[in-house]
Amino acid sequence: MSYSLNLLMVLPELVLTLGAIALMLVAAWGGTNATRGISIAAVFVLAGAMVALAGPSTTGGLAFGGLYRADAFAGFAKVLIYLATAVAIIMAPRFFARSPGEGLRPEYPILMLLSSVGMGMMVSAGDLLTLYVGLELQSLSAYVLASFMRRDGRSAEAGLKYFVLGALASGILLYGISLVYGFSGSTDFAQIALAYGRDAAAGTRSLGLMFGLVFVFAGLAFKMSAVPFHMWTPDVYEGAPTPVTAFFASAPKVAAMALAVRVAVEAMGSAAQQWQQIVTFAALASIILGAVAAIGQTNIKRLLAYSSINNVGFALIGLAAGTAQGVAAVLTYLTIYVIMTLGAFLIVIRMRDEDGNPLESIASLSGLSRTRPALAWAMAFFMFSVAGIPPLLGFYAKFAVFNAAVAAGLFPLAVIGVVASVIGAYYYLRIIKTMFFDEPAGAWANGDVQPVENGLIALSALLVSPVGYLAIPLLGAWSLAAARALF
Amino acid sequence: MQGFPILSVMLAVPAIAAIACLFLSANGARMLALAATLIDFALGIVLWTQFDVGGAQWQFVEHAPGIFGPFGWSLGIDGFALLLIMLSVFLMPICIGASWRAIDKRVPEYMGLFLFTEVLMIGTFAAQDLFLFYVFFEAGLIPMYLIIGIWGGANRIYASYKFFLYTLLGSLLMFVAMLYMARTAGTTSIPALLAYDFPASVQTWLWIAFFASFAVKMPMWPVHTWLPDAHVQAPTAGSVILAGVLLKLGGYGFLRFLLPMFPEASGQLTWLIFALSAVAVIYASLVALVQSDMKKLIAYSSVAHMAIVTIGLYAFNQQGIEGAMIMMLSHGLVSGALFLCVGVIYDRLHTREIARYGGLSINMPKYAVLFLFFTMASIGLPGTSGFVAEFLSLMGTYQVSTWTALLCTTGIILGAAYMLYLYRRVAYGEIKSDEVAAMPDLTSRELWLLAPIAAVTLWMGVYPESFLAPMRKDVTVLLQRIDRANPGSDSRPTAGNPALATTHAPEHQAAHGEAH
Repeated sequence: MSYSLNLLMVLPELVLTLGAIALMLVAAWGGTNATRGISIAAVFVLAGAMVALAGPSTTGGLAFGGLYRADAFAGFAKVLIYLATAVAIIMAPRFFARSPGEGLRPEYPILMLLSSVGMGMMVSAGDLLTLYVGLELQSLSAYVLASFMRRDGRSAEAGLKYFVLGALASGILLYGISLVYGFSGSTDFAQIALAYGRDAAAGTRSLGLMFGLVFVFAGLAFKMSAVPFHMWTPDVYEGAPTPVTAFFASAPKVAAMALAVRVAVEAMGSAAQQWQQIVTFAALASIILGAVAAIGQTNIKRLLAYSSINNVGFALIGLAAGTAQGVAAVLTYLTIYVIMTLGAFLIVIRMRDEDGNPLESIASLSGLSRTRPALAWAMAFFMFSVAGIPPLLGFYAKFAVFNAAVAAGLFPLAVIGVVASVIGAYYYLRIIKTMFFDEPAGAWANGDVQPVENGLIALSALLVSPVGYLAIPLLGAWSLAAARALF
Repeated sequence: MQGFPILSVMLAVPAIAAIACLFLSANGARMLALAATLIDFALGIVLWTQFDVGGAQWQFVEHAPGIFGPFGWSLGIDGFALLLIMLSVFLMPICIGASWRAIDKRVPEYMGLFLFTEVLMIGTFAAQDLFLFYVFFEAGLIPMYLIIGIWGGANRIYASYKFFLYTLLGSLLMFVAMLYMARTAGTTSIPALLAYDFPASVQTWLWIAFFASFAVKMPMWPVHTWLPDAHVQAPTAGSVILAGVLLKLGGYGFLRFLLPMFPEASGQLTWLIFALSAVAVIYASLVALVQSDMKKLIAYSSVAHMAIVTIGLYAFNQQGIEGAMIMMLSHGLVSGALFLCVGVIYDRLHTREIARYGGLSINMPKYAVLFLFFTMASIGLPGTSGFVAEFLSLMGTYQVSTWTALLCTTGIILGAAYMLYLYRRVAYGEIKSDEVAAMPDLTSRELWLLAPIAAVTLWMGVYPESFLAPMRKDVTVLLQRIDRANPGSDSRPTAGNPALATTHAPEHQAAHGEAH
């Protein structure tokens, strides 16, 4: 295979990398004044990367001798990742401008770009080493982003916590990778799949391979914040600046989830029985813990953190099914989840008291339907949607994963998951109750007109409304095509 | 007429009006809501007149698969759905009228939510796709949750949560069952599923899952406890729509899913339905007897009446099913009207305590007459719809289980007791306080709300054929489908002793002749 074709397949990553480096140079000379320009340019770089997805980078197949996979599955995940990253960049300037402390600095969009390079590598990984390099690039950018408000104690704490626990998880993952490598003799997914296949065919259960699998999944569970490796999530989400939290809740989740799907199906497909147990447990534990622990929260960002844990659990149900339909359901779920989450965070970012200080308590949403009816209705749409109540689009997300689970014959999983979703519905309802039933609390800052943000909120509300059901045939066909790429 | 997508239009009119309401002033929203519901009522009348009685089972069919992915847009109605849609569109303008003055805050949102409820109700009855049905069925939780929570009484938040979570838990189990059914049968079309035979062992599980949903919605004892709370806290029109139509979704579910899709399981579990219903009738009636809150009393009477619906349905015969269906319609009208009656005096005195009232027949004669009429209809006095409903259901049940019929008939006696006791305390006796004495009689608006219901109640009681005819063929089809699982009667009449009869006959004749 010619080298130029290989390069064409990694074109999105090249665009992002070169863009990030060029903008870094602009930042070095332009300083803080260039922030606005760099942010806009970064969004365009992401758009460019998205355009680059149209070519061989989603159809090419293996690049660089199997290290990198340019298939439809990676393409689907990258579209979501780039979109979510772009929204996280767009929502940042106004947030930082009105927050105490230093304003936004040009490093923010650049780190976002680097992080998306890492995420792109993760979802395209065809080798454990690519996987690890991509994961670390994404994580290191994320650690810095979490502590981006340097003067804010909570932000610094969030960054440190994320780093320490993230390093631990990376260690666990690396240990798993070393075991898998040691017992299969390769880091290439295809070779590993052969080793697991031989193991399964022989009927012997190689203890080393099994331990490797468990450790790899533990490391990945940390990255997607699935129970029991979720402990960092609420603290990091609460401490990080809100646009960064929105980013953490969307793009890296998609990347980690897609990575887990790829490793599970492509590298360890023959050991499905073993990882299905892990995934089933993680799914149910995440759903239940995410729902129960959220009930007592008073901080909206912490609540959304638990909600993200809860949602990861539902997405994992699709993976537990282990079929192409299940993988397509995971992708569908992630798509709809990203829309709802970003919409919710775009509203959370508006929560400011009259002096412009950010508000984070759920109580400060009181009576929002009276003071800001449009925002309240949009938020109600997102909350009913995350709770999975029809006719909002979140119901289709749940429909897809449960349909896959039932099709795979996993009835107990489906029934327990469905029943636990009632617990989750309780706290989403609580937000709606606060906004619609309670008397208005203090007024929010009026602030300036924000056409782009308003447009994004309106667009995401429209997408989760019944109108979004019109997109289901397209989404279904596209996610199934992406999922087929793995099987 | 069959080419015109009348069902889609009936869904679109309130849907568009609901969105438009949000952008209008209070008065504009009221007018628009009334106009939209009246248009839908007019369309409903067109629907009924164009409905070919005894014709094809499914009429006004619209089919557009694929635009919503797995949620196929297929609509169509049979006689059952027609009557229930008529009930919905008939009650809706009355609900808007009842809220005309009673709701004075956040009117545009209120009207928008009510119109949205109407869309969902019509959609639920008209859906011919399993998942489309589920979407409409489940979505009804959202507007009711907001209506109870925003415009409800003092304890509204507790009631709204209870309503939402209770019903959600029930229907999610049904959702898993639906996924399984769609997968096994390979179709989501309800008419196709009606003809599909699931293995008997699977049927039991599916039956339980569906039962969990519809029993809560119905509501059956012992999962009825959300209903009194929701009714008491909801605004008047909310109670009307809750009792009038939303409870019928449960009955409709029994009729559309539980009986025809799982006949074997239905046959095996008839005892469960009979036992729960018999308990419900007696227990709910006794509880109603001791209520001091008017709305709670009527809420418990709903539980008792809906239990008559379930025994009628599970009688597996023509009378029972027709009676159950008439019971649903009758209860929708009568309990809706009773809630309106409570609303009328609540608007004047702002209390639902029965003890605060008394002697209303002195200063509110028109009100007293209408209230008495609906009280009698609730008891099931001949000439009102309640009589037809109870008579047919119990007659059908008697053929299957004399014991159940006996137990449930006591409900009629108890029903007379608590309703007459309520009426005596509210309307008769001396006027106890100046506040009550100052209450004016019905305004013409209120009269216009109650009079149409009274007229239809009387019509259904005097000439029920108008309502029985559209569904007769559907009942026959349903019976053909489920007859193989008929559990049979508990009465085992012997064939008599013909030999003995013949030997006695001449003697008898002789004795007869002697007498001449």
